[in-house]
Amino acid sequence: MPVKETFYDVMRRQGITRRSFLKFCSLTAAAMGLGPAYAAKIANAMETKPRIPVLWLHGLECTCCSESFIRSGHPLAKDVILSMISLDYDDTIMAAAGHQAEAIVAETIEKYDGQFILACEGNPGLEQENTGGMSCIIAGRPYTEQLREAARHAKAIISWGSCASWGCVQAAAPNPTGATPIHKVPGIADVPIIKVPGCPPISEVMTAVITYILTFERLPSLDRQGRPKMFYSQRIHDKCYRRPHFDAGQFVEHWDDEGARKGYCLYKMGCKGPTTYNACSTIRWNGGLSFPIQSGHPCIGCSEDGFWDKGGFYNRLSNIHQFGIEANADEVGMGAAGIVGGAVAAHAAVSALKRSQHKGDE
Amino acid sequence: MSITKTPNGYTLDDSGRRVVVDPVTRIEGHMRAEVNINEDNIVTNAVSSGTIWRGLEVILKGRDPRDAWAFVQRICGVCTGTHALTSVRSVEDALGISIPENANCIRNIMQLSLQVHDHMVHFYHLHALDWVNPVNALKADPKATSELQQKVSPHHPHSSPGYFRDVQNRLRKFVESGQLGPFKNGYWTNPAYLLPPEADLMAVTHYLEALDFQKEIMKTRTIFGGKDTHPNWCVGGVPCPINVDETGAVGGLNMVNLNQVHEILKQTKTFVDNVYIPDILAIGQFYKGWLYGGGISGQNVLAYGDIPERANDYSPENLLMPQGAILNGDLSKIHPIDHRDPEQIQEFVPHSWYRYPDGVKGLHPWDGITDPHFDVSTAKGTSQNIEQLDERASYSWIKAPRWRGHAMEVGPLARYIVGYAQGHEYWTDQIKRTLSALDLPVNALFSTLGRTAARALEAQWAADMQLHFFDKLMTNIKNGDTNTHSGEMWDPADWPAEAKGVGFTEAPRGALGHWIRIKDTKIENYQCVVPTTWNGSPRDDAGNIGAFEASMMNTKVAVAEEPVEILRNIHSFDPCLACSTHVMSEEGEELATVTTSPVGL
Repeated sequence: MPVKETFYDVMRRQGITRRSFLKFCSLTAAAMGLGPAYAAKIANAMETKPRIPVLWLHGLECTCCSESFIRSGHPLAKDVILSMISLDYDDTIMAAAGHQAEAIVAETIEKYDGQFILACEGNPGLEQENTGGMSCIIAGRPYTEQLREAARHAKAIISWGSCASWGCVQAAAPNPTGATPIHKVPGIADVPIIKVPGCPPISEVMTAVITYILTFERLPSLDRQGRPKMFYSQRIHDKCYRRPHFDAGQFVEHWDDEGARKGYCLYKMGCKGPTTYNACSTIRWNGGLSFPIQSGHPCIGCSEDGFWDKGGFYNRLSNIHQFGIEANADEVGMGAAGIVGGAVAAHAAVSALKRSQHKGDE
Repeated sequence: MSITKTPNGYTLDDSGRRVVVDPVTRIEGHMRAEVNINEDNIVTNAVSSGTIWRGLEVILKGRDPRDAWAFVQRICGVCTGTHALTSVRSVEDALGISIPENANCIRNIMQLSLQVHDHMVHFYHLHALDWVNPVNALKADPKATSELQQKVSPHHPHSSPGYFRDVQNRLRKFVESGQLGPFKNGYWTNPAYLLPPEADLMAVTHYLEALDFQKEIMKTRTIFGGKDTHPNWCVGGVPCPINVDETGAVGGLNMVNLNQVHEILKQTKTFVDNVYIPDILAIGQFYKGWLYGGGISGQNVLAYGDIPERANDYSPENLLMPQGAILNGDLSKIHPIDHRDPEQIQEFVPHSWYRYPDGVKGLHPWDGITDPHFDVSTAKGTSQNIEQLDERASYSWIKAPRWRGHAMEVGPLARYIVGYAQGHEYWTDQIKRTLSALDLPVNALFSTLGRTAARALEAQWAADMQLHFFDKLMTNIKNGDTNTHSGEMWDPADWPAEAKGVGFTEAPRGALGHWIRIKDTKIENYQCVVPTTWNGSPRDDAGNIGAFEASMMNTKVAVAEEPVEILRNIHSFDPCLACSTHVMSEEGEELATVTTSPVGL
């Protein structure tokens, strides 16, 4: 990433004269009701201290990703927005509306072509659009147009959450709107896509992905499904603090039973931790405070592709067709209270095998 | 060009200049507003359109009713949890499941924390920029700002001149960078902004303080529900057990967690009392001459009620948030609500992008039909490039729900009006103090400012009620009651072959209801009528305009190209458009024909 290149450099490279550049600075100052002295300060800043522009577009979604983002404890959302990035377009919080808002997309594309990050929350529904209609309308036009246009000029795309990464709830069977994850949208530009799945993703994971890019001046290394390895390479089950109870065959059998109160394993309550790749059991949520299993509810697997259609949140994983191997692990775990070490070893081996199968599915 | 009189008392004149705002930003989801303004820049015709449709209810069909909460929770991540709570109540109603008192306390704390969080984030991060000019804050004197702060809120610790100077310097550096981020292209030279620089600086400072603090409010939900956004719930109680005495206390709510919750609740109350409420009064002081936007709030308002004092009793007498409808501004009569009565809540689609079979007018949610039919053939533009909607035809992905045929406003102001009419002691006292502080008559409530103030007052009440239910929870534990789940009817084998139920809550944005039909242990039909469906509804077959549209009517716009006044009115409802659109399919029908409720979840 050529971050040493300032925005002024970029604008000059694109053939914009210094005179036009200074005029832009004057207009920016005037638009805010500020005096000519500010124009010089703006010019100075743009010549020396760029913040990376971000266009944060919203398709079919529920805004839980934005809500998660603002809950980040370190860094604070405030500091990300004021000091790290330039959040030029995000219709959830931006002051501008209507055509003044849409003008920002065009302006960012023009001025920072290939330099900005496109953050996608939600996804497009293609069913209506394919038949000449619209189910997600921005400025009178299909959201998909805005998405494709911005993607064509972006340096990279961040697919926030399970909507952008996989499709999520509106794409659950039978997917009435034809909701389609960003990387599968026909005609989407071939730019790097970082998937940050979860419904929503963990707050600090979201801000960590951004700060990683800014600090190390490169994109995080991704697994084969396009997720940052640092957060999505291990299953919740692998690092769950209740794992010893799984290995010892100690399970919650009913809500609020003795096992529940003692923090036994939630596997029998339907926990999807054994098949879910996320950082909940390590980073935990909202400043490391808790995560679903710690608060007594089985993991529903919200960062996994198609998690809505995997057989019910309270059904044990062994009910799932592809889960034969883990069912064996369960049986091993159940009978292994006296030989815990062996059970752990067997389970780890099965896990490794399962993981390689998982990757082979892509 | 025409002039039309609506049954609910508005004269619509579309002869003046048309102003289009699309997208309306600083809301959840996507919406479009169009108004006509006359030569005096007064709005004479208003059109609001929901521009998103997701089809969630069709997805619920055939699924396990115990899973429904997780699906419908994803209707909205801003009012996260309120749909989940409504859902588990609908299933419990259908199956006759009761929940323990502790579960009621914990659910209430979670629901009340959402009220506080949602209201506060709405005011500071979605609504404030309609009133507050961050660029003007650069002109403030930090010392005078400090004096203002100490005057309006003597107990707030962050009030020194140096503090405000630091914030101002940071803001100045931000502005001078030329990269204005979320403040770019705002209407910062518009004369509609009335605050002096010091009030702007104080408010912008609190924009940042609130952004830092809001994440604390929701931590109670992380403790009870494991994560936030989208904490976990369950039918029959709450998922988190209580264990304050025995081995393995880390498996349940222990003394450490409970202390954390208590601390957060106390901090929340302090923040609302010291920052949110004083800001509303301070900003209100400068805008109290701007009493536009009342819309239908002075006529028809609807509240379902919520926050049961004792578990499992949803009768109005047991609900701390009041229930009832007011019609035609007659505060002396509160009409009772029956969610099961097919004559009361009905939805209409003549101006929505849906079709009903011939001859069908309004439908109760249990019998609803949603057959999507996008048609803008009479609008200006093309079907994928709309220039101007035609409000005589279909123009929204939102349906038009009506209560006994009336367009109703829902939300904090509606609740406070019902509460005021009912003599709700806490709320009436708050209203009187606020009106007295601003030297305004009661009628001033029926305005955008009133709606914005009601939201703040409700946050204050909710912050207190959280502590009430925390005390109640601790008393129960002290007395030896640590149950959090009833265990009743968890096994589908025990369920009747068929059942139907309704769950209702007061979401931050207003009255919310879910209607479920269960057949052979699966969801046969699931429908939601959500607050923004009520408020954002298009015209109905009688021609009544909805609350958003009514709020825009007769508002004067200072600069037509910068309709900040329109945004103010719409934002005061805290619109949630992902909430307002949805579809449901009937047994055996093809996907294109779907049954159900309001707008496009």
